[in-house]
Amino acid sequence: MTLLAITVLGHDRPGIIAGTTDRIAGLGLNLEDSTMTLLRGHFAMTLVCAGGASATEVEEALAPLAADGSLTVTVRELPDQQPQGLVGTQWVLTVHGGDRPGIVSAVIGEVAEVGGNVTDLTTRLAGELYLLIAELDLPASVDTDALAVALRSVADQLGVGVTLRPAESDEL
Amino acid sequence: MTTHPRVAAWSEADLDVVGRVRDVVRAPARVLSTDGGRVDPTAPEVVQLAADLVATMRVSPGCVGLAAPQVGEGVKVFCVDVSAHPKTRDHHGTFVLCNAEVVESSRNEKAREGCMSVPDLTGDVKRPSRVVVRGQLPGTGEEVVLEANAFEARALQHEIDHCDGLLFLDRAAGAHAIYARQTYL
Ligand SMILES: [Zn+2]
Repeated sequence: MTLLAITVLGHDRPGIIAGTTDRIAGLGLNLEDSTMTLLRGHFAMTLVCAGGASATEVEEALAPLAADGSLTVTVRELPDQQPQGLVGTQWVLTVHGGDRPGIVSAVIGEVAEVGGNVTDLTTRLAGELYLLIAELDLPASVDTDALAVALRSVADQLGVGVTLRPAESDEL
Repeated sequence: MTTHPRVAAWSEADLDVVGRVRDVVRAPARVLSTDGGRVDPTAPEVVQLAADLVATMRVSPGCVGLAAPQVGEGVKVFCVDVSAHPKTRDHHGTFVLCNAEVVESSRNEKAREGCMSVPDLTGDVKRPSRVVVRGQLPGTGEEVVLEANAFEARALQHEIDHCDGLLFLDRAAGAHAIYARQTYL
């Protein structure tokens, strides 16, 4: 049993997911985790599949998708690895303001500094507005008030606003 | 829930000034991320601002509320009118509040919000669906404490957030809770 990471990137059109998953199913692969969105209008999808096929076999099976040059498909075998469980507390970080280079690296640098892990990230450029929303796993030892102060200081320098809130979930 | 009779009876005619339609500012304008100042609800410029907010809301299709920072004024004044919205249960029609705050809230619900100041994005935001809000009516300055539910409660919290320098983006439920609005090229 191998675990494969498949990425499909390129010009969006109807039928890309249907064409990809149909070929994956044809190889007997099980589609486990996946994410797909449009990034500045471009199709962007990452899939993790498990099964008996090799990366080369999957690449060959998916080659027709990329034949007209509008899509790029890559297939890589992933090492067997137990997913790391979340160890600390979960937070949602929002940053928004005028677009300028270096917002993500400056803000996420502060998170990395305290050993925080980004578990989900979306950035959007909408007109002049730049938006970052990240979900964070912060070690229990992190002083989150101090982190919030550090983030605000970086945000002030960049001329953007920042909010750090606990990720809420309701147990039902 | 009982609606507040003074607030429900209020209309912009009570202001006795003609509202002007103002330009709506868009993020990343700094005024949208700045905590608004408290105002004297009886001051003539606040009465005029109240009338301007209602006038601007009226000419904006689908607009159910507008806060002073959205017309470039960093102060705590907003208007709402959810009376025509399908998700509305109880409501107070059109009204303006100054220096408003949420004093009680309960029953969180998640819904997708948009905003005239963030025209290209929408987002899922969890907010209480029952609130008690305290504020002052412009003109008389009368303090009112009103209960709101469902869509009016959501609109009030969205506008009070604007007055405090917060956008719905600051309350997005997570990294996958923001959506690009359909744009036609
Ligand atoms: Zn708004």
